[in-house]
Amino acid sequence: MDEQEVKEKLRRFITAELIRDESYELEDDEGIITGGLMDSFALAELGVYVEDEFGVYIPDPDLTVDKMNTLNQMTARVMAGRGM
Amino acid sequence: MIEKSRSLLQAGALQTDGGLGGWLAIAYLETGRPDIYLSRSEFRAKVYQYAAVLQQLAVKPGDLVVIAHTQNLESIFAFWGAMLVGAVPSMFPTLTEKLDAAVYLDNMEELVELSRVRLILTTNDFAPLLAERVPCRVVGSAVLQQGDLVGEFVPVYTPTGEEIAFLQHSSGTTGLQKGVALSHRAVLNQLTSYSEVIGLNGRDVVVSWLPLYHDMGLIAGFLLPLVAGIPLVLMSPFDWVRHPALLFRGIDSYRGTLCWLPNFAYNHSARRIRERDLAGLSAESMRLFINCSEPVRAESHEMFLERFGAIGVQREMLGVSYAMAENTFAVTQTEPGWPVRLDVVDQAALEELGEAVLVEEGRVGAVVKVSCGRPIPGTEIRIVNNVGEPVAERQVGEVAVRSNCMLSGYYKRPDLQPFQDGWYLTGDRGYLAAGELFVIGRSKDLIINAGKNIYPQDIEAIVNEVPGVHAGRVVVFGVPDEREGTELIVVVAEVEANILGVDTAERKEINRRIRQEVARRSMVSAAYVTLVEPRWLLKTSSGKIARGANREKWLESKE
Repeated sequence: MDEQEVKEKLRRFITAELIRDESYELEDDEGIITGGLMDSFALAELGVYVEDEFGVYIPDPDLTVDKMNTLNQMTARVMAGRGM
Repeated sequence: MIEKSRSLLQAGALQTDGGLGGWLAIAYLETGRPDIYLSRSEFRAKVYQYAAVLQQLAVKPGDLVVIAHTQNLESIFAFWGAMLVGAVPSMFPTLTEKLDAAVYLDNMEELVELSRVRLILTTNDFAPLLAERVPCRVVGSAVLQQGDLVGEFVPVYTPTGEEIAFLQHSSGTTGLQKGVALSHRAVLNQLTSYSEVIGLNGRDVVVSWLPLYHDMGLIAGFLLPLVAGIPLVLMSPFDWVRHPALLFRGIDSYRGTLCWLPNFAYNHSARRIRERDLAGLSAESMRLFINCSEPVRAESHEMFLERFGAIGVQREMLGVSYAMAENTFAVTQTEPGWPVRLDVVDQAALEELGEAVLVEEGRVGAVVKVSCGRPIPGTEIRIVNNVGEPVAERQVGEVAVRSNCMLSGYYKRPDLQPFQDGWYLTGDRGYLAAGELFVIGRSKDLIINAGKNIYPQDIEAIVNEVPGVHAGRVVVFGVPDEREGTELIVVVAEVEANILGVDTAERKEINRRIRQEVARRSMVSAAYVTLVEPRWLLKTSSGKIARGANREKWLESKE
């Protein structure tokens, strides 16, 4: 799976499950948590999804608003985890 | 221990020899950092240090001291320090990066003026900004930490039982906040009765991530363990919500026995803790998880049991309490060590006739209601009809409460009269069966989202101001969500028809702004934002937006 595929999977998951509006056109660098698009619980949900879908475990200290606020940040973190 | 106290100043955690538990007063857990331990003597030294600074700042008995700090140990030291000098502390939410600073400052200014706040304690960063806006003194952490320069504090103040110990602020979103004033006597009565009901003992350890400005967090997750002198294992709600395994780490490391949680937390924990984060942890030490602050769902308990049975959670550990700030905290509690009673009733009879008619489980139209237990000693409840007369067993009505742990009144608000003939009308609807209370909903439009009380009007007012939304053409309501185990917030707003069709960029912008403004100006997120064409919303005969009818219409449109 390349970076673009990971990003598209994440985008679909976030709009369908966390924003609950599949028609929402989420941009790559849009602040998802700081923009109020999803609750802070969603970070924990994202941690579960990333592990199930991509086999990447993101430890709790990395599941923060600073590190996981945009689609670009999330994708980069998943790719880094897959490279290990 | 609690029974002998005349005021909260005789807390077990402040005694080096008294109290139920051992040497540990508080353990503070944070993701990615080592745990912080505070022995009783360290706790006392800190509280005395803060009290000494408050005295030097000329805080006098009866002065209102607002603590608007990020949740941490400092808030706790300041709270107890203020009580030691006879002042009246009140915990308040702090400004977070998600909230709109202007709105927060407006609310603070209003609070300071209406309640005549004497002093606000907050973070160093926020203190200068707040000081410019409010007509009272504002001090940051740095000032309080200078206590060792001030000299020895000698506690001399002795409050009477009737004196106000502290205020609990209702967790409203915007607008006027009501300060629930509680006397030392009321709080001690609550703590005594509640300790008895849950069988509090010297081996108990409370584990909590709850916010301290909320009644459940303030009373059960803070005052109860410290007054009784048993250890408190504390974490921040912001940390827990992102890293829910932290709670189980706290239970495992400190052999936790008691934990209070709002219903959504059972779902959040069951669904969002990764197996890896739970590895090697045990919850066998637990006596009780108490579900409190929002309607309890049997499915949430089942989900929790199924997920955490393997690490030692058992059905008998899952209890329920019905509580409110006006009664200090608990009104009812189920019996520890026994499975909670479930009532299988006919939904149609419940909703249409207001009767809880028992039916067979699994039958069409059957609904499971979870008992909240019996009133705690010193508290009475009755169910009344809309003219205030008591109704029969299994008849639905409004829950009324009378007790020895009631609020003294709303602080500096003589216009608000909380009692009718000595009874406090809760606004909750429920029924009694064999002495146990079953709560089925609210009389008003209140939404309870993740344990927070939200008035839809407050959110509607915020959405009304978003550019592109037709002013006055907005409705907000809650919908129960199985997955989250709480009510989610729905916003339906009318916009120009052409935006819905062609101009997707503008539609997105309005959608984004609605979500952003709600998050920045209230303390909640909108789960669903639905933009609709003009005249989609239904009105009542008097021309108001009909909340219930529009909710039905929205739910049908989703199917």
